[in-house]
Amino acid sequence: MTIIDVRGLTRSFRAGKRSVAAVRGIDLAVEAGEIVGFLGPNGAGKTTTMRMLTTLLRPDAGTARIAGADLLADPAGVRRRIGYVAQSGGTEQACRVTEELECQAEFYRLGRATGRHRARLLAEQLELGELGPRTIGTLSGGQRRRLDLALGMVHAPAVLFLDEPTTGLDPHSRANLWSHIRGLRAEFGTTIFLTTHYLEEADALSDRILVIDEGRIVAEDTTEALKRRVSADVITVEVGEDASRARAVLEALPRVREVTMPAPRTLRLAVEHGDRAVADVVLALQAIGVAIEAIRVARASLEDVFLQLTRHDAVPAGRN
Amino acid sequence: MFRDTVVVFRRYLRLSLRNPIWIFVGLVQPVVFLVFFGPLMTRTLESSGTAPAAAWQLFVPGILVQLSLFSGAFVGFAVIAEWRAGVIERLRVTPVSRLALLLGRVLRDVAVMVAQAVVLILTALPFGLRAPLGGVLISLGFVALLALSLTSLSYALALALRSEDTMAPALNISLVPLMLLSGVLLPMALAPKWLDTLSRIIPFRYVVDAMRAAFTGHPADVLPGAAVATVLCVLSVAVGIRTFTRQNR
Repeated sequence: MTIIDVRGLTRSFRAGKRSVAAVRGIDLAVEAGEIVGFLGPNGAGKTTTMRMLTTLLRPDAGTARIAGADLLADPAGVRRRIGYVAQSGGTEQACRVTEELECQAEFYRLGRATGRHRARLLAEQLELGELGPRTIGTLSGGQRRRLDLALGMVHAPAVLFLDEPTTGLDPHSRANLWSHIRGLRAEFGTTIFLTTHYLEEADALSDRILVIDEGRIVAEDTTEALKRRVSADVITVEVGEDASRARAVLEALPRVREVTMPAPRTLRLAVEHGDRAVADVVLALQAIGVAIEAIRVARASLEDVFLQLTRHDAVPAGRN
Repeated sequence: MFRDTVVVFRRYLRLSLRNPIWIFVGLVQPVVFLVFFGPLMTRTLESSGTAPAAAWQLFVPGILVQLSLFSGAFVGFAVIAEWRAGVIERLRVTPVSRLALLLGRVLRDVAVMVAQAVVLILTALPFGLRAPLGGVLISLGFVALLALSLTSLSYALALALRSEDTMAPALNISLVPLMLLSGVLLPMALAPKWLDTLSRIIPFRYVVDAMRAAFTGHPADVLPGAAVATVLCVLSVAVGIRTFTRQNR
């Protein structure tokens, strides 16, 4: 069942006399229960798209149906059915954790008893159990992020929108949050739509990835398919003699797309399915008696995909 | 919508009561004027012919309007902080009525300011204030109307400016002239013609005069001020609502 159905969503901003087109007629569809990653460089239109889908910004053109509610005709209906976690969260420092959760439940018009039950359930699910009476200002970054997630989920929405969920968190908290996000889908069947800068995050969480650049969707596919389509695995072989002899033999192998020689004794092969191709390469070289000194397989990375599709710089994995 | 307003009101009331320091801070300036300037001003008025009780009846309404102006105008800062923390956005994604987001806050502010006004009136009693109960209640009604107006405008300004650095000077520059031209410290009737005329464009002048009429037991003279206060209130709340319901960033 398609739970997010977007056609031709468009939005421009006026900057002085000029009009800046932030989102230029995008189409996208998300099935119920999917985790979809929305990737794009700064200024690509990710945040604008997300703000339109969460009713914070009115589209200039286009239609969208989210969880059965029409975005333009029934924004209140959309709000009842979605949860949203902004990049920098949205918690009041002076409130207490349980208070904030129960207040959020009241905003979603859940009854007092239901609200309390949901607050407790989510606090447990997201490891916030003992933090109930604590003031939010005293929580760590990771704890606050989990609270943001809980606040977005308190009314058991069909769709959860996450804007850069782990930006600014240390690696341990990030991994922890990832497992909680996966847990939300596993436990509640929530559809999750997240934007991120971090390619490894998109890779780790998403079933499918949509890449946006300059207001348009430039790619859409499963993570694996995207990696395979746009980029190749690379096998680097260092041999014990002049590599030119080996070159012809390797070029003939079915999985090998291209062979280059960056150094006299080094061969760089662009291959499909590097983990399978490496066996073929080794056997082929052995058959002609070429000694292998070293062999390395580098998997295609989402970074290659991203850079190739958008021709911009992304944030490399591991660097915040 | 009403239920939402109550939810929002309770949230902000809870936060205010947990951190009541701001309620006391809002009282400092008017109390200081009351205690250190009041006796001076009333003695001056008495020496030019006003009866002692009447002098306080002229002074205290001014202080109540001063309270309304300053307490009311500064509430917007809290909204700027909330916007920056992402709370406003989070609330706007929930189905809570946009109207309730403003009214819940404003009602909390009205409750706080009326409570502060009561404290001021009680503080003035030992200094010699005597006023009919009906007049006091009417004045509290005016405080509520002014609170509704000024807080709505303050929230609207805060959401429009989104910066404490811009809002603070804007308020500081406008509030003192507004206060002085409303005849807060001394009745405008005593002013030279040009000053009196200038003050007639300030809505608060009529409110102060109305409150003085209430305190001195002339309820009929309350009407012009009541009309001005009501119009001001309706316009201000409309501006506030419009700002809170606008979709764009």
